[in-house]
Amino acid sequence: MDASAAVAPPAGGGRNLHRFANPGRFLRLSGKVLPWLAAAGVLLTAAGLVWGLVFAPADWQQGDAVRIMYIHVPTAWLASAGYAALALCSLASLVWRHPLADLAAAEIGPVGAAATGLCLATGSLWGKPMWGAWWVWDARLTSVLVLFFLYLGHIALVRAFDDPQRGARAGAILALVGAVDLPIIKFSVEWWNTLHQPATITLTGAPTMYLGMLWPLFLSALGMSFGFVAIVVARTRAAVMERRIRALLAARARDEPQHETSPAGVA
Amino acid sequence: MTALLRRELRLALRHGSDTLAALLFFVLAASLFPLAIGPAPETLGRVAPGVVFVCALLAAILPLDRLFGAELEDGSLDQLLLFGLPAPLLALVKAGGHWLVTGLPLLLAAAPTAVMLRIAPEALPALLAALLPATLLLSLLGTVGAAVVLGARRGGVLLPLLVLPLATPVLIFGVGAAEAAASGLSPRPHLLFLAAMLAAALPLCPLAAGAALRSAAE
Repeated sequence: MDASAAVAPPAGGGRNLHRFANPGRFLRLSGKVLPWLAAAGVLLTAAGLVWGLVFAPADWQQGDAVRIMYIHVPTAWLASAGYAALALCSLASLVWRHPLADLAAAEIGPVGAAATGLCLATGSLWGKPMWGAWWVWDARLTSVLVLFFLYLGHIALVRAFDDPQRGARAGAILALVGAVDLPIIKFSVEWWNTLHQPATITLTGAPTMYLGMLWPLFLSALGMSFGFVAIVVARTRAAVMERRIRALLAARARDEPQHETSPAGVA
Repeated sequence: MTALLRRELRLALRHGSDTLAALLFFVLAASLFPLAIGPAPETLGRVAPGVVFVCALLAAILPLDRLFGAELEDGSLDQLLLFGLPAPLLALVKAGGHWLVTGLPLLLAAAPTAVMLRIAPEALPALLAALLPATLLLSLLGTVGAAVVLGARRGGVLLPLLVLPLATPVLIFGVGAAEAAASGLSPRPHLLFLAAMLAAALPLCPLAAGAALRSAAE
């Protein structure tokens, strides 16, 4: 009935990967995890945003406009991380023919595009009072805009095929080609002389930021990441169930030959 | 491989009007700009490299949806893949054919078009030197795009959406070279960047396009 469930688990190192390729197991596991993910996402985001928007101090130079940062920075980080996840799913789908990776990649696209759009919009709102312009064509902004278009192209491509398998394959190839944009975004503020400031928080050095602002930022980034994962998991669950329903309907249509059958789109 | 390339060129010659259409589009689109922004030489000369590049980019994308489309429809794509030639090599030959048929004529037409747009004389050599790797890159990226949308419902509309974002670095560095030359700086770093992108795209793009071709023919 469900073709993806019939994939034989290979012996050796790939077994762990394929344990989670079983849609039934994914549905059971994700059903248990999803409420926790969603709750953590909502609570942490709310805590981070309330702290950041109400209690954190205003910047001595930027005033209250600095509070846009508590949304802008997490969405920017999610835009890049989301595309990295998309590229990883695409790799798993191309190399191991991982059936869930196809679905997850198709579902990450719109969520990541929303995060990128939010990042661009908040950045633009901040740019008007700070830089005096809604938009400047510096390297960081341009590369994020290209990322936004890559997301949109991926969304359009995956859904443009009658055979979902073909759409997933084409989308995976495109996502991997587009992944060259990620390092460009990361290093754009160092390679070029941009108006956008370079990274304040790095893995190796101490943050050059007041702790009273760093904590709410950290909380809202963590919360939005949980929220991102929760939305993607919920969408993937919906996609798995949708595929099952399609397969069931197609099976019923096959059993009753007097009805019009539509073989397209059956996995 | 040479036989394949010769087949490509012969097909392009037989459909001469299709081949010329991209070139005509390039010249026509470029000649719209003086009409739109006014014929003042100083403004025109400033935007000339950008106009030439953008028009070349759009013109190179124009014939892409027929790159594999006709062959998928009449089944000769399956034949070509059964040839014994690896799919990436097939994609490379296709990209080479696209460059010879579209990129090279664009390169030849770019010089007179740029002069008509009153480009600064010192920027012209840099612009042409940048267009050579840029058209090659566009052919390679375009082949990936054409292979990926093969069999999609609105492939022709989708194709520019996919290829144009990927082509932005080509545009930026290509125009950068001409701008640098126009302001008396060396265009060399920009040209080296373009050459580096070409060196990376030459093995990677055919690989991606080949994978897409194989999944399209399944």
